[in-house]
Amino acid sequence: MDISPTTAPPPPQDTRPAPLPTKAAARGATRPGDRIFLGLSRGSGILLLLIMAAIAAFLTYRASIVLSENEGNFLTTFEWNANAVPPVFGIAVLAFGTVVSSIIAMIIAVPIAVGIALFITHYAPRKLSGPIAYVIDLLAAVPSIVYGLWGALFLVPHLTGVYSWLNDYFGWTGILEWQGGAPRSLLTVGILLAIMILPIITNVSREVFKQAPQMHQEAALALGATRWEVIRMSVLPFGRSGIISASMLGLGRALGETMAVATVLSPSFLINASVLDPGGGTFAQNIASKFAEASEQGRDALIASGLVLFVITLLVNGAARAIIARRKEYSGANA
Amino acid sequence: MRLPTEPLSDLSQDLPKEAVIDMAKRIDVGGLTAYYGSHKAIEDISMTVEPRSVTAFIGPSGCGKSTFLRTLNRMHEVTPGGRVEGKVMLDGEDLYASAVDPVNVRRTIGMVFQRPNPFPTMSIFDNVAAGLRLNGNYKKAELADVVEKSLRGANLWNEVKDRLNKPGSGLSGGQQQRLCIARAIAVEPQVLLMDEPCSALDPISTLAIEDLIGELKERFTIVIVTHNMQQAARVSDRTAFFNLSAVGQPGRLIEIDDTERIFSNPSVQATEDYISGRFG
Repeated sequence: MDISPTTAPPPPQDTRPAPLPTKAAARGATRPGDRIFLGLSRGSGILLLLIMAAIAAFLTYRASIVLSENEGNFLTTFEWNANAVPPVFGIAVLAFGTVVSSIIAMIIAVPIAVGIALFITHYAPRKLSGPIAYVIDLLAAVPSIVYGLWGALFLVPHLTGVYSWLNDYFGWTGILEWQGGAPRSLLTVGILLAIMILPIITNVSREVFKQAPQMHQEAALALGATRWEVIRMSVLPFGRSGIISASMLGLGRALGETMAVATVLSPSFLINASVLDPGGGTFAQNIASKFAEASEQGRDALIASGLVLFVITLLVNGAARAIIARRKEYSGANA
Repeated sequence: MRLPTEPLSDLSQDLPKEAVIDMAKRIDVGGLTAYYGSHKAIEDISMTVEPRSVTAFIGPSGCGKSTFLRTLNRMHEVTPGGRVEGKVMLDGEDLYASAVDPVNVRRTIGMVFQRPNPFPTMSIFDNVAAGLRLNGNYKKAELADVVEKSLRGANLWNEVKDRLNKPGSGLSGGQQQRLCIARAIAVEPQVLLMDEPCSALDPISTLAIEDLIGELKERFTIVIVTHNMQQAARVSDRTAFFNLSAVGQPGRLIEIDDTERIFSNPSVQATEDYISGRFG
């Protein structure tokens, strides 16, 4: 990565704006500090791409071996017999369970997290906001297996009342129908995941709300806005893309959460319309619970399922970016 | 949100539009002192602001003229630690009486800030309509009329009528400031406070705003803080000079008089020194 003046390439032909001093410096005389920093930052960027490519290549290679031998349809089979010869396995149930439990977690966690973040930044007296933020940080520091144990030993037995209430009042929807089994279903997993992703969504939202420009909040106030209206007119619109980013970070964690889900969920390879009855599993949980007893071929099948999770996460991030970009000209960052 | 006192209620909504011309109100300030925490920012200010006139506040930086302006619509107390002693009477109604909701005060007394601050996430139309939507007291069909009337009132209509649905942040600085004025006058306030509205603008935009102030004073009581003495001389009918005896000391009102007199023959020597550029 030598960019000393003698070997520097001629001024770039591309028309991209090059406002960075490092680029400008590359044309004229450069100083050692600039060269070292450029090398370090460029190296880090390239390293990141290499690591991503290596992971993708590894997953794809291992998955392709076993996929060619799969007797079932990888996307639609409701079965996981990856150790058998020939193997029969499919990810339909895993994809269903992963997506549904994460959606439940998001529905519960995002409104609460945004509410906590707004409370900390705009409602709570300064004496209270510090301790609350600290407790939220503590929540993030709890290892996921501890959440799993708490979920299995405390949450599961205490949810039967909630389950029968949901069944009584919302059982007719079909989604919240309950046959009376142990509450180790996708709903319980969703609740547990919601608690686990609460801190990250809260913290990112809080940072964004803190940045909401004073001048727009004052503009709303001067128009005769109440505190809630100030938040609605200036803070939430400004924080919109931040809330989406925060939610996506939380969703990423929910999609990939392993130990807590494996501890709480009683997995089964069938899809149940009701999220209260047993049914489904998640990619990560399935890998964790099957990896130890899997043959090499079985492990490759698990890797193939991991690849699907990888792709789902990529799609989710892409969707989030698209949502943020769609209303860019109305962004609060234009202020 | 119930309106606690009759005169502060949004009467303008119920009256025919022609009656709005009489909405301008007199402000009487008596013995007003404002604090930031334990720091006394301004001390014992008393003055009268006449309806349908422009009153300019001038004085060196830090003399408390912006703070005083913000006490007139209870924006001062929004700052952490901000509090006020004394009285601000709007046509005989004390704005700081315990039964008065500051939200209603701010709906009655509009404000334009130093830096243009249209809501970046809203279109030009929505920016102007924002105050009306807050009041919730409008008819959908009237909204477009009020927006057009306000934008015309702010001399901005011809420049933006084809792009009302574009974001307000895409306008030039001067246009943004006129958009903010349109937003403020859309709710038909009785008083319009302007905190150095031209200090971030180029001379041409400044001229446009000054012309606008001349037109607006026929309908509103206007108070404007400015660092530009020529501006005060050009736009105002009355001028108040603020000063502070030393850094860290509270700002005081030195004198208030007809603008012509302040700039030709002020009764206090400090005013003449300031105006002639001998300090500050």
